[in-house]
Amino acid sequence: MAVTEVRVALYPAGIDPKEIAEKIRGKFPDQVVDVAEFRDQISVIVKKDRIIPILRYLHDDPLLGFDHLQDLTAADYLNKKDVRFEVVYNLLSTRYRHRIRIRAQVPENDPKIGSCIPVWAGANWHERECYDMFGIEFSGHPDHRRILMPEDWEGYPLRKDYPLKGPELDKDWPGFTDVLKRSKELKEFEWEG
Amino acid sequence: MLLDTSAVGLIEVEEGTKILPPNIIITSFDKIINWGRLSSIWPTTFGLACCAIEMMAVGAAHYDFDRFGIIFRGSPRQADCVIVAGTVTKKMAPVVRRVYDQIPEPRYVVAMGSCACTGGVFRTYSTVQGCDSFLPVDVYVPGCPPRPETLLEGMMLLQEKIRKERARWSPWR
Amino acid sequence: MSGKGEMEPVGKIFETRELNVNMGPQHPATHGVLRLVLDIDGETIVKVTPYVGYLHRGIEKLGESMSYFQALPLTDRMDYVSAMSNNIGYCVAVEKLYGIEVPERAKFIRTIAGEMSRIANHLLWLATHALDIGAMTVFLYCFREREWILDLYEMICGARLTVTYPRVGGVRNDVQQEFLESLWKFTDEFPSRILEYETLIDQNRIWLLRTKGIGVISAEEAVNWGMTGPTLRGSGVPYDIRKFMPYDAYDKVDFEVPIGTVGDTYDRYRCRMLEMRQSNNIIRQCIEKLPAGPVMADAPKFTMQPKDKMMPITHPTKQHAFFIKEKACKGCGMCLRACPAKAIFGEKKKPHAIKQDMCLGCATCYVTCKFKALVIVPAGKGLSDEKLAELAEAPVPEEITKASEYLVRQFEFVKKGPKVPEGEIYVATEVPKGELGFYFVSDGSAKPYRMRVRAPSFVHAGCLPRLCAGHLVADVIANIGTIDIVLGECDR
Repeated sequence: MAVTEVRVALYPAGIDPKEIAEKIRGKFPDQVVDVAEFRDQISVIVKKDRIIPILRYLHDDPLLGFDHLQDLTAADYLNKKDVRFEVVYNLLSTRYRHRIRIRAQVPENDPKIGSCIPVWAGANWHERECYDMFGIEFSGHPDHRRILMPEDWEGYPLRKDYPLKGPELDKDWPGFTDVLKRSKELKEFEWEG
Repeated sequence: MLLDTSAVGLIEVEEGTKILPPNIIITSFDKIINWGRLSSIWPTTFGLACCAIEMMAVGAAHYDFDRFGIIFRGSPRQADCVIVAGTVTKKMAPVVRRVYDQIPEPRYVVAMGSCACTGGVFRTYSTVQGCDSFLPVDVYVPGCPPRPETLLEGMMLLQEKIRKERARWSPWR
Repeated sequence: MSGKGEMEPVGKIFETRELNVNMGPQHPATHGVLRLVLDIDGETIVKVTPYVGYLHRGIEKLGESMSYFQALPLTDRMDYVSAMSNNIGYCVAVEKLYGIEVPERAKFIRTIAGEMSRIANHLLWLATHALDIGAMTVFLYCFREREWILDLYEMICGARLTVTYPRVGGVRNDVQQEFLESLWKFTDEFPSRILEYETLIDQNRIWLLRTKGIGVISAEEAVNWGMTGPTLRGSGVPYDIRKFMPYDAYDKVDFEVPIGTVGDTYDRYRCRMLEMRQSNNIIRQCIEKLPAGPVMADAPKFTMQPKDKMMPITHPTKQHAFFIKEKACKGCGMCLRACPAKAIFGEKKKPHAIKQDMCLGCATCYVTCKFKALVIVPAGKGLSDEKLAELAEAPVPEEITKASEYLVRQFEFVKKGPKVPEGEIYVATEVPKGELGFYFVSDGSAKPYRMRVRAPSFVHAGCLPRLCAGHLVADVIANIGTIDIVLGECDR
């Protein structure tokens, strides 16, 4: 049961991400919308319909071996792009040294996408946070509720049309306004001077 | 009829306190009770964010809190002050108020750090802009985070405040 | 109890049911405001449900409303235990987005800062983990060393906890010889201190009973759950970003990465203790190999200008006065509106003038004027307007012309922000808790369009239900300690 110190030297060099993008395009030709590149990082932009088979292919294929979901998040492109939301998956292979990013387009009128918990168990909380912050629903999620904001909060904070300073005091979360009211009532019992 | 002090041998050590050497002290209830209270302020552990680390550092050996009589108690029922150290969010506000309500009187509140005083850097949808919107704060200790010496100064200001209290112990207030 | 030798099954007499216990957000052992709801059957845990979000301050949305430079101090407040590493993670990501190169000396200094912060983090982790499990002495011992490191932080940059010392493009200021000597002395003595902690708890029977076999997770499962850092390496997966995709000076120093075998709490504890020794080693190598050179990148459009170059003009004792040349002034009023002290007066289309006793010397008017009517006169205070007019006719000294270039660039940088190329980027660095990732989407403006922080504590807190299932109530505390979460990072 000893802890060994391992000289973690060179990893087997991974496949060029452009090739991975081409493999995805070859396997799912009608799903891939675009491939973008910036500073040696590749993003594959796909439609949301068959996202789970795409992710499973990336996870199960022995040469690709994306066994680590680094990050699952979303971005809101209000008025900047045709499709409002994009769910972004940042994937990594711990066996080989390659990374890729998958961006799934989610339209505003139907903000639902499949949950990838069967592929990576760690996506659970990431998806809850996406729902909390953007309002994107993940079908098949076992525990679909808010995580960072209080359970009965209204509104999705990270959307571009949500104000930074939050709602006005009279439209604020009832849990907080109750505390303010109660503390005003109890103020008469406080010690003065 | 006031006691004629010169004949009996009473010495006035400070204003309001006389001693009859070697061991009889004549003073007011206020002074004794306030001295007892300020010398052993027991805060409840309420570290929320970064200021909690500085509060722990004050409690550790380098800047010792214990030499002032300040010991951290886990339960609010056994404490007499709460040091709100860190950002108070709207989700956490009911919890803070509940903990404060559980502390038996006399109780004090020290707002440590800019976030507890006024919301700090975070002017956002989920941060309460200062815990004094729902708590009666006695001492504000600013800083981001305040140095341990600043927190010690804050506690000493609280001690001064307690020293000046009049008849807080009495049922006739 | 028939008494005939026939025993009734115990389950019939004692009907047990699950108890629902709340370990509230205020608790001495929950490392911040973490709330757990435990469903327990007797003393065994059936299910753990963590509730987070009690410290959600909206850092991501706040970062989207500020420029990249202004959002840097926000990253300090996330993982407040090891502040330098958050800053380094942010700076590495933004530098990749900008496409600028950091000078060698700054890389080594950042490596030193990162490793110091790793030691500070592991010390606090050990202090709180041991305190929760019951070894209270270790808390005081670890804080003694941590105070030493915080004193060293104060020597370089003036702050103990929320430092903001690494900047985009390098570091804020150079390190002095005195700091390097103190740090060298620290690295000489630190291994003996680690030995002290190990002597206290390593072979202690109670420690072994409470940490061996608790929170066991296999390598494949740990990777599937998204764990990173020492939490993952305790299970045997050799994934360390410092070796995987090196940044800063990590490819120039020689170090080993400790890997566990079983994947329980004890292995993760041993990993972190060995990592402290390795960090000590890295710091020593960096001090020896520290090259000379600048500490800030030479990318004038993306970084703050060096203060000493702007010094001739912005010096606080005001060796210079600002004066408007009557002949050149067109009376457009731009300087009048820009002056923060309202020291300029004049009517439209008529030449303006500055009230010298109200002037702050901030040079805002100088950079605003497009007609070159505003000159800097190398003179002291208290000179009359006629004397200033006379001196203004003289040719401008060279140091002022050079300094004013830096000044103008600084104003452009602070007011408008750098012109960032469009695109998106995800960069991860190895912070003491795991992998901190920054995902930026830039739309060409000076503010990030989307700033996403991938916090290791968030992912690890999500793994708590998997780690705690089937154990006893007291093991929950050991598990919280072993995943090393800090709620500021988890909730952002």
